[in-house]
Amino acid sequence: MTEAVGARLGARYAVPSGWQVATLVDRRAESPSAETLVLDVPGWPGHQAGQHLDLRLTAPDGYTAERSYSVASGPTPPDAGRVEVTVQRVADGEVSPYLVDVFPPGSSIEVRGPIGGWFVWDPVRDAGTPVLLVAGGSGLVPVMSMARARREAGDRTPFRLIYSVRTAEDQLYTDELAALAARGDGFEASTIFTRAVSLTALRGPRRLTSSELASWGWPPELEPRVYVCGPTGFVEAVASMLVAHGHDPARIRTERFGPAAG
Amino acid sequence: MTSANPPAPGGPDPVGSDLSSGAALTPGFRGRARPKGVTLPPGQYAEEGFPVLSAGPTPNVDSSTWSFTVTAESGATRSWTWAELMALPQDEPTVDIHCVTRWSKFGTRWRGVSLDVLLADVESTADFAMVGSYGGYTTNLPVADLLGGKAWIAHTFDGKPLHPEHGGPARLLVPHLYFWKSAKWVRSLTLMPVDRPGFWEKLGYHDLGDPWREQRYQGD
Repeated sequence: MTEAVGARLGARYAVPSGWQVATLVDRRAESPSAETLVLDVPGWPGHQAGQHLDLRLTAPDGYTAERSYSVASGPTPPDAGRVEVTVQRVADGEVSPYLVDVFPPGSSIEVRGPIGGWFVWDPVRDAGTPVLLVAGGSGLVPVMSMARARREAGDRTPFRLIYSVRTAEDQLYTDELAALAARGDGFEASTIFTRAVSLTALRGPRRLTSSELASWGWPPELEPRVYVCGPTGFVEAVASMLVAHGHDPARIRTERFGPAAG
Repeated sequence: MTSANPPAPGGPDPVGSDLSSGAALTPGFRGRARPKGVTLPPGQYAEEGFPVLSAGPTPNVDSSTWSFTVTAESGATRSWTWAELMALPQDEPTVDIHCVTRWSKFGTRWRGVSLDVLLADVESTADFAMVGSYGGYTTNLPVADLLGGKAWIAHTFDGKPLHPEHGGPARLLVPHLYFWKSAKWVRSLTLMPVDRPGFWEKLGYHDLGDPWREQRYQGD
């Protein structure tokens, strides 16, 4: 179809062809509506923090549904071949209610990946440049993989995370994020609630403001790498504010999920 | 695709019926009602909304400064301003679109100028084109997939000016390929004798991206 191109960059990111069968070995609740699925994927080639994988589900009549999910685990898990995804239940979704509420440990699912080479952070290649992570809702999942990659590598690249989530109940990885920030090695996290807050909260429930983004993030003069992930409206708003603050659009990497997520 | 186990709608999945581990494949999964009256490419599902996917911030592109430039392999260029684009014959294609993230949207209504019109007088023997966008995005396509009533520079969606999130003021529209080929905020088309990968194609996505052959990734 196309002429061969020598040493093409695509080869570095080649997706393993075909599907392989993975086994669900464990699952744990992250919130009332989100579960982490621990998959055993024989021959998993490893991944970069921020990449995703495809899951294929099969119904008894042979009907299949495929969806992409961000990998939540870091690139060097304690058990080789173990890959974690965190799935947020979408009320009218076709796939996520099954994965969150039904899919039983010990059963199998087809997996393909890892996929994607843009929304990624590598602790060797990208060390040293300050990183700003801005996550809305389950957009936390791929940037959590980056925070885990940093911890696994013993890296001290300055990281700042701004996490916008509806309510405290919806928060993901709450204890782990607190522990990461408590290490005192240059990881800072700010969390805001957009729908409801406790009676004693100093900040009312509202969306992330431009001044909050500026004060909890990095100044553009530091030329940070910026990763923004979340629902389309959140990503559009945050990316526009960052550009208005003077961040170079070329250093802002985005990943959006729209109403189609499911 | 190259998988030994292509999706087999309507019949038993060869993987599901031959699992070496003995564990059932996604037991209890039923899925939605099967779509009727439409034909979905493999691995796709029907979507009513219009999701947005972009690799970076949405650029602000003003139609008063917008232009579209075609560069042939000789270096010769042709450019159109917004007013010049609007003065060309307009098409109103109604087409199905297919995103590699698995949603398909049926019967989308567009207005724009056919690439047949824009490329008609361009001197070139090139087989490939690199399409470029405001904001730096690129994507490569065979010229054969841009000619013959298959591709447009689209500026109107569903009767309204194309929203910036969806590529406004103008985007490439190549509905028979996965939608990342339909570059948003389009500004240039460079003809190439030899194929070169664009933005997503360098990152592992397919050079052609035919949804009916499920060419999502390099090697499919």
